[in-house]
Amino acid sequence: MSFWFWHGLRKGIQSTRYPAHVESAPGVSPGRPVNTDFSTVEDAQLAAEICPTDAIVAHGKSTYVNHGKCVHCQLCLNSLSSPMNWEAGYEWTRLPANQTESLPFPSAFAKSMHIMVVDAGDCGACLHEVKLLSNPLYNMHRLGFFLTPTPRAADLLLVVGPVSENMRGPLLKTWEAMPTSKKVMAVGSCAISGGVFGKSFMCACGVGSVLPVDFEVPGSPPPPLAILHGLLTVAGRKSLKSLEPISEGRH
Amino acid sequence: MASYSSPSAGSNVAGLTDLTTTLEERFGKEITKGTADSGFILTVSLTQPSILPALCRFLFWENGCLFGGIVAEEQPARWQMHYAFLLPGAGWVKVDLSLPIETTVLPSIVADVHAADWHEREIEDLFGIHFENHPRLGDFVLHDQTWHEGIDPMRKSFSPSRPQLELKEDLEWKPLLVVSEPGSFAMPVGPVYEGGVGESLHFLLETVGEDVIRAVPRLFYNYRAVEKIAEGRTVTDALLLAERFAATSAFAHSLAYCRAAESIAGVEAPPRAVALRVLLAELERLRHHAGAIAAICESTALAVSAAQASIIEENLLRASCAFAGHRYLFGLNTPGGLNRDFGTEQCRTLLTAVDKAESDLRTLEKRLRLSSSFLDRLEDVGVVTGESARDLNLVGPIGRASAQHCDLRAACPYSGYERYAFEIPLETEGDGYARLRVLLAEATQSARLIHQVVDSLEDGPVHVPWSVNHAGAALGWAEAPRGAALHWLRVNDSGAVERYRAVTPSFNNWLGFHVAAENFAFQDFPIILATFGLSATECDR
Repeated sequence: MSFWFWHGLRKGIQSTRYPAHVESAPGVSPGRPVNTDFSTVEDAQLAAEICPTDAIVAHGKSTYVNHGKCVHCQLCLNSLSSPMNWEAGYEWTRLPANQTESLPFPSAFAKSMHIMVVDAGDCGACLHEVKLLSNPLYNMHRLGFFLTPTPRAADLLLVVGPVSENMRGPLLKTWEAMPTSKKVMAVGSCAISGGVFGKSFMCACGVGSVLPVDFEVPGSPPPPLAILHGLLTVAGRKSLKSLEPISEGRH
Repeated sequence: MASYSSPSAGSNVAGLTDLTTTLEERFGKEITKGTADSGFILTVSLTQPSILPALCRFLFWENGCLFGGIVAEEQPARWQMHYAFLLPGAGWVKVDLSLPIETTVLPSIVADVHAADWHEREIEDLFGIHFENHPRLGDFVLHDQTWHEGIDPMRKSFSPSRPQLELKEDLEWKPLLVVSEPGSFAMPVGPVYEGGVGESLHFLLETVGEDVIRAVPRLFYNYRAVEKIAEGRTVTDALLLAERFAATSAFAHSLAYCRAAESIAGVEAPPRAVALRVLLAELERLRHHAGAIAAICESTALAVSAAQASIIEENLLRASCAFAGHRYLFGLNTPGGLNRDFGTEQCRTLLTAVDKAESDLRTLEKRLRLSSSFLDRLEDVGVVTGESARDLNLVGPIGRASAQHCDLRAACPYSGYERYAFEIPLETEGDGYARLRVLLAEATQSARLIHQVVDSLEDGPVHVPWSVNHAGAALGWAEAPRGAALHWLRVNDSGAVERYRAVTPSFNNWLGFHVAAENFAFQDFPIILATFGLSATECDR
């Protein structure tokens, strides 16, 4: 049994060097569509029309992307003769649509933040990406982020999923059980806008309709590094200046 | 050591002939037989609902059919009930029951086919049809602490955008507790807490001390009414729902859905797309199994092995993303084929990653076999006997670890699986270790299949134009990583979805989870949960 110890050691350090350095291994992030200027008005219209969740809005020859609605179906990349531009990267954390600022935690939390994760009707993708943050490749513990199983010990409520009706009560109870000062981070497009599920008798169309949200991490699902960027932002270790500007055609 | 059963595709024509002959002898007067239609090789229409239990019993127990599921459809003046059974090696058999819309009570088949238990509970909860002599109805999908009785959301008269006026204000839920020994108690687990990051589901573990005596899961916290909100959408818009109710098996579900849509339109995906679908489905299976193995290692607190398995999974996620643009293979399937093509160079790069993952899993397996404390936690723990597995119709790796060799890739081939050589691992012990061995052996077979696809890939288009402009219904199926997935799709003449039903392997297998968990100690519970590897969100839809 002692061989596990040696096998572990022999693997060496596998963790990403993010946030000190940029992580550029292939496949760490699927990227995402960005505001694109087309050569004709028709091309811009086609891009807006192909988007199943109305995340792309056309104004003349330009298109604007609301990443909170983008469900990463890739239709605007794969099924158009003139596709949308895509950006690589994963630093996607942003403020909720109607908010101009959210304060991160004070510096005491910077290297010790305890996170309560609630699955509120998630498809399993965002939840799984959160889970992967604990594996050696991301190893969020090295940054002082810890998952906690109890709301009493939690600083941050990380919510995935569009908030199904049957989870609304448990989600609210979890939030109420957390001590102040507490923050809420909505992870994934479903948690931000309801995603493909939208608003129905069973779906609340995002966490914002149930709880005050401080930060959002768009993506479907946001890759682990995007969630890590969100955590660093909440902990005040990535400045608000690096946040995505609000002027991207959000409504 | 795993034994293997080799697939013998489509060879059970004799079985079908026998079945039709005996059906004629036994039920000749009460049934009318239809021909092959909408994905089924045989349709049996009943004139008398009262013989339904006997007929289902005849199919399931006397003819070795597997239970597929029940689909209830509300049509303008009729209830259409479809009971799907699989005759292995031959195809799907459908038992149809048509009743006036005023009907409120149906005979229950639970006493004969136990696997139908949750299907009937769901239909009772969502459609308001009562099943006579069903032992336990009510409080299933719509939780009693939130929803009033008498709401039937799947009825056509119920609008999915209906405001949430009927909700109760946090009424107390009185759970059904069975253990009543002095000193007995029920330990609640979930829906929020499940060891840090876990899906929303709830258990009340009933005990008198050390052993869990009763462990019935309470699901549907993640119920997003996918089947209801799909109604009225176009087939391509509803595909987004079919793909995204369960991310860890997204490709398999979208494949089953697309095959149903193609079957309605009478369109077949081009050969290159068919082959690439096998590649992507097997890539998903490999990644899912790596993740499931990581979860098992983690549940036994063997930290290094959990870390190494988790790295294998992450590498496969990255390989999927570099290959197909999405870590969970979203947005690839479309009715008529695939949304994009892949280059030879891309396929070669993927093969390198797949081979690496496969050999890493082999290395991990060797080390796990030498870890006695790990094996002690798995062996003879969470045992599901072959009889129980058959009784409850357990599917997928869980069923195959208990000697149930149903695998739709062989039992009812689709998407060209009959062209490839692969084996279906089979174990008989039915314990946690058997389930782990099945996962490891299937991962190897998936890698083998991916190789064969890349080696035999023909040139050509990956998409043919697809449209549907007539009403129709069809069944699509696929062997998802967790087992058999069935998607029933009915569209109206304007091409909108009229009824969509997804029967998922997790829905099937959660029903049998209590068999494995009961009479084992508390500390075994997380391990049994991990070796089952079920998804709550895949069950809930």
